[in-house]
Order: sequence, then C-alpha cells, then structure tokens
Amino acid sequence: MKLDLILRVTTKAILPFILLFALYVHFHGDYGPGGGFQAGVIAAGMVILYSIVFGVEAAQRVISQRLVATMVPLGVLIYGATGVISFLYGANYLDYGVLGHDSKHGHHLGILLVESGVIITVAGTMTAIFYAFVQRGR
Amino acid sequence: MELYINMALLTMLAAVTVAIIVQRDLFSVVILSGIYSFLMASVLIVLDAVDVAMTEASVGAGISTVVLIGTLYLTGQKRELNYHRSIAVPLFVSLGTGAMLIWGTWGLPAFGIQDAPVHTHIAPTFLLESIPETGVPNVVTTVLADYRSFDTFGETTVIFTAGLGVMLLLGGSRRKKKKGETKS
Repeated sequence: MKLDLILRVTTKAILPFILLFALYVHFHGDYGPGGGFQAGVIAAGMVILYSIVFGVEAAQRVISQRLVATMVPLGVLIYGATGVISFLYGANYLDYGVLGHDSKHGHHLGILLVESGVIITVAGTMTAIFYAFVQRGR
Repeated sequence: MELYINMALLTMLAAVTVAIIVQRDLFSVVILSGIYSFLMASVLIVLDAVDVAMTEASVGAGISTVVLIGTLYLTGQKRELNYHRSIAVPLFVSLGTGAMLIWGTWGLPAFGIQDAPVHTHIAPTFLLESIPETGVPNVVTTVLADYRSFDTFGETTVIFTAGLGVMLLLGGSRRKKKKGETKS
C-alpha cells in the first residue's frame, strides 16, 4: 500500500509530538486538564495513526501484540498494588498520605502512580482493540 | 459572545444529526458521527469542561471512528438495509423519550446558577479543602484519583474487561485451528 509522500513525511514528523503531548497530559494532570485516561487514548491514537499510514506490520514491529496484551492487565495491577502499599504502611486501601515523607508528597506520588496504572491499561486496551479489528480483516 | 458560539455549535449539531438520519450510506454515517463528536467536544470546551472535551475528541472523534470503519470493512456492509416495517413504534418511542427528557428539564435548577444543589452539597468542601490537604492544584484530578480513587479503580477494571472481551471475541487464532481441523 503506497500512500502519498506528503502524508508519510507529515505523519513521521508529528508522531513524536503526539507521544510528547500524551506524556505532557499524563504528567501535567495534577496542574492542568487531563490525566491518565486522556493520555492513554492519545498514545494509542499515535500507534493507530502509524499503522494506518505505514501498515500494521510496521506498527507491530515497534509495539508488539504481546506487549499490548501485557499492558492491559499491568495497569490494573499497578493501580491495585498502590492500594496494597498503603495497606502495608498501616493506612486504609488507596490512602496516599502515607506513601511519601509527608502527607502532601504522598498524595502527589499516589495520584501519579494510580494515573500511571490508568494510562498503561487505557493505551494497551485501545491499541489491543484496534489490533484485534485489523487482525480479523486479514 | 458565548451565547452566539453556543448557538452556532448547537445548530451545526442539529444539522449533523439530521444528516445522519437522512444518510443511507454507512461510511458517510460513520464520518458524520465523527464530526458530531468533534462538535460535541467544542460545546464541552465552551462549557469549560476541558477534560471531557479532550476525551470526547480523542475517543469519540478518533478511536471510535477508526473502529467503526474497521467494522464496516469486516462486515462488508456498505448501505443500510431496507426494512419494510412500520415506523409507528420507533417514532412513538423516540418522541416519548424526548418528551420525557424535556419534561425532566423543567425540574432542574436554572442553567449556571450558584445555589443549585450540585454546587452546595459536597463541591464546596472539595474546592476549599482539597488544595491544603493534598497540595494538588487541579481539583478535578484530586477528586478523580484521590477522593474517588475507588471509582477510578472500578473504571480501570471496566476498561480492562472491555479489552479482554474484544481480544477474546476478535483476536486469537480460531480460523487457523478450524483450517487444521478440516485438514485432519
């Protein structure tokens, strides 16, 4: 499938910025709009754009199906494990106050950990759904 | 100014909705629903709900459009099937639902007033106490990932389950196994 040269070059040029924007939305979620879910969808959108323009084989060489299938449960595990860590420090489940050296630091860290779980699961699931649809069409 | 932007956006939303109803070509319907989601995202930006607008633009206009086009490709269905059924029941259901929704809006407080129940219940506590308590400036993130972290855990599990279901239904190597079975 040969596509337009301009389309290919433009896609290559904007891909890193899409990923950067996804990471910005994720790590800036404490200060601005967005968070793990939005960032995960944007990251998955980058993979989908790449596979539409360059073919699914090229995309699966970079982000393999095995990796995507691992990401889907991994995020939920990270989220759940954050709650278990609070347990181990003697607090309630998902009480972040005890995670850092003071309460505010703990809340920052807890929200970041939990959002990391969300971004991994969402990015994995969205990519997995897209891969499943494409795989079926062959 | 905001009023005119809202009027323009809602008029375009109505026009796109009518176009989706009238249109019989399924590919056009998918593209039009993508446009609908994008207009909806613009409406949500006017309403200052940037988080929801971001989600609507990326999921509604982006990923669901791609997945729907994939569905059209898989099923090979290009045009809506012509069912010769009476339109009386669907018309009654949609008009009834619409009438009930409009009737329901009469019980709501006026749009944007300060002393609506939703702004007086627990929202002031969140707005006043979340920043001193957690040090996170974005109250939306604090509510979602801290005060309501059990809910978000549930939502993440829902996404996990959805991904699992799609992978089980569409993924895997069922076709190859079937070929092997017929050969043996």
